[in-house]
Amino acid sequence: MYQYTEFDRQFVQSRAAQHRDQLTRWQAGKLSDDEFRPLRLQNGWYVQRYAPMLRVAVPYGELSSAQLRVLATIARDFDAPSADLLQQAMATQSQIGQHLPAGAVGHGSAPLPTHYAHFTTRQNVQFNWIPLDKSADVMDLLASVNMHGIQTSGNCIRNITSDERAGIAPDEVADPRPFAEIMRQWSTLHPEFAFLPRKFKIAIIGATEDRAAIGWHDVGLQVVKNEAGELGFKIWVGGGMGRTPLIGSLIREFLPWQQILNYLEAIVRVYNRFGRRDNIYKARIKILVKAEGQRYFDEVEAEFKQIVEHDGGVHTIPESELARISASFVPPPLKAAQQNQANPPSAEATEQALRQAADAEPLFARWLARNVAAHKNPALRAVTLSFKRLGQYPGDASADQLNQLADLVDRFSAGEARVTHDQNILLPWVAAADLQALYQAAKAAGLASPNVHLLSDMIACPGGDFCALANARSLPIAQAITERYQDLDELDDLGEIDLHISGCINSCGHHHSGHIGILGVDKDGKEWYQVTLGGSDGSDLSGAAVPGKVVGPSFASDEVPDVLEAILNTYRDQRAHGENFISTLRRVGHEPFKTAANGARHSTGRSTTHSASASV
Amino acid sequence: MKILTANLPEPDAGVLSLPNDADPREASLEGIHRVDLHFPKFTDGRAYSQAFWLRRRLGFKGEIRATGDVLIDQLVQMSRCGFNVAVLKAGVDATDAQAQFDRYARFYQADASNPQAIFS
Repeated sequence: MYQYTEFDRQFVQSRAAQHRDQLTRWQAGKLSDDEFRPLRLQNGWYVQRYAPMLRVAVPYGELSSAQLRVLATIARDFDAPSADLLQQAMATQSQIGQHLPAGAVGHGSAPLPTHYAHFTTRQNVQFNWIPLDKSADVMDLLASVNMHGIQTSGNCIRNITSDERAGIAPDEVADPRPFAEIMRQWSTLHPEFAFLPRKFKIAIIGATEDRAAIGWHDVGLQVVKNEAGELGFKIWVGGGMGRTPLIGSLIREFLPWQQILNYLEAIVRVYNRFGRRDNIYKARIKILVKAEGQRYFDEVEAEFKQIVEHDGGVHTIPESELARISASFVPPPLKAAQQNQANPPSAEATEQALRQAADAEPLFARWLARNVAAHKNPALRAVTLSFKRLGQYPGDASADQLNQLADLVDRFSAGEARVTHDQNILLPWVAAADLQALYQAAKAAGLASPNVHLLSDMIACPGGDFCALANARSLPIAQAITERYQDLDELDDLGEIDLHISGCINSCGHHHSGHIGILGVDKDGKEWYQVTLGGSDGSDLSGAAVPGKVVGPSFASDEVPDVLEAILNTYRDQRAHGENFISTLRRVGHEPFKTAANGARHSTGRSTTHSASASV
Repeated sequence: MKILTANLPEPDAGVLSLPNDADPREASLEGIHRVDLHFPKFTDGRAYSQAFWLRRRLGFKGEIRATGDVLIDQLVQMSRCGFNVAVLKAGVDATDAQAQFDRYARFYQADASNPQAIFS
């Protein structure tokens, strides 16, 4: 992990002090609500449906055990509404949704989760109930472990995301984390780019497989080597979800790594100048890139040239800086216990022990197959702890679970964890010989669901239970599907499927990129859901990034689990031997799936029209 | 940075006022000693890039003045982009302005007033 310097520490503390000053001035009436809003947003403080929401930055998803413990403390001590507020929220929530999914009956009167942290699709952490007048205390606590909410909201360069297996994946050309950290520092409180037309998201990978959905970002970066073996970046610009889902366009086949900050400066400056500010829905860079195409590219290249040749390229990265930052990202030493063993077990012996344990315990075998991935170091594994399980919402972790997680991270993963964009936690430094012990410990903590990449490992945003933007709730839908698909044999049989649920078109739940996407829409004040098929995040499983296509008019909430079942049954009927869902869908086409989905309507009436409507 | 609480009208041929969608590289700076840039809303950040261009790209040595919806929480970033005078929006209390400049010892990036990035 990146090791904070004294300067970095001081900087985050200054930022916490700045937030306290702004909060105090707002409380004293010296800052209006409108003036305070963008300031608090740029520290991650929203005001949502019932309460403020804090988004804590987790740069490229990396968390230490010490940070997890502070997140646990915040969940325990601060993530709580007053009794009145909770009662009011629950009463309001129980009014909405006349027809709940069968599996979610009672959700309206079930407690909304409190004292929880939530892992997001941008590898950040959110809290839902912290009162604004406690916000400065929380920022101080976060700063004590080098954490903050800088630029987790607002129309600025947001937290930079990366491959959850950065630095450990066998298919990696180079570790993207040093570059992500250098870009994090450059973008932090950049004076010129704090009030862009709209938010700006960068994702970076260093592997051949895209595990960070880079095509879906304002800027997507892939570390590559050119023919001369030099390191640089392949750069895409103008991807994004929302109302107008677009995949980024390739703007640079190869940019020497030293130039990345200069090039980003050009990309963002041209956007700052020409991006639309008259319509919030047209303000993202994707709209500019789509409208201007080559003209935008030409402007960027011309500006880049000026930055380097005229301005002196002051942000050209020196070798010494890359070396300094990279020194933080060397693999941790193997645990003392392993080093001190006179005769460490051979790889073969470890493999054999694992096989025996797997034979003896089928659940462990499933977990090995689903949750454990290969590592650059053959003695190590990348292990995903699943936060998708019955009784808790996707990506939610209680204060106790966060503390238990911190213990697991210390014991098994050199004190480091990663938030995945699928809302799970990955342990990057697990010894193969420790897998069984980790499994037992994770199981005891309720974090060993063997369902990674399966249907129940779905993405879901907080939706209309918490979010002020949502048109419909996501969580009851997620819960109903989770309840219906509990049988592990059935889940295994259905295989790898990306199910993504968003409560509104802002697409925090990435519904556009799901093999099956579910989007909450609002019609006549009721909750409806649009279903899309065939989206891809750009991973090897899913193929080139592409938005899914709508299957038909939106469905009532109680129809959604049945629609999903009809789609999955169609897959089972149509698949060739060993063929996964997305491949079957691509081979046979959407028609039989659409027919099945629309045939599953019961409260919206059977529709014979298959016309895809993008809006309802 | 000089902070003013009112922009007195100064009919002066040496003052150029640019709307925030203008390209300062196309303006004639001959005989100009002051350029006024405008923030129609403080959340519209185009004038930051204009100031940067004036200072760094065009080497303009005169005064760059921030006008419009100018609040104290943006003064530091204005200064870093090349503004050296700011006219606060009417009614904004200047009392807390200086404290904003004292908060950060320095920043990560180079900027219009400091040509050194943290790693330089």
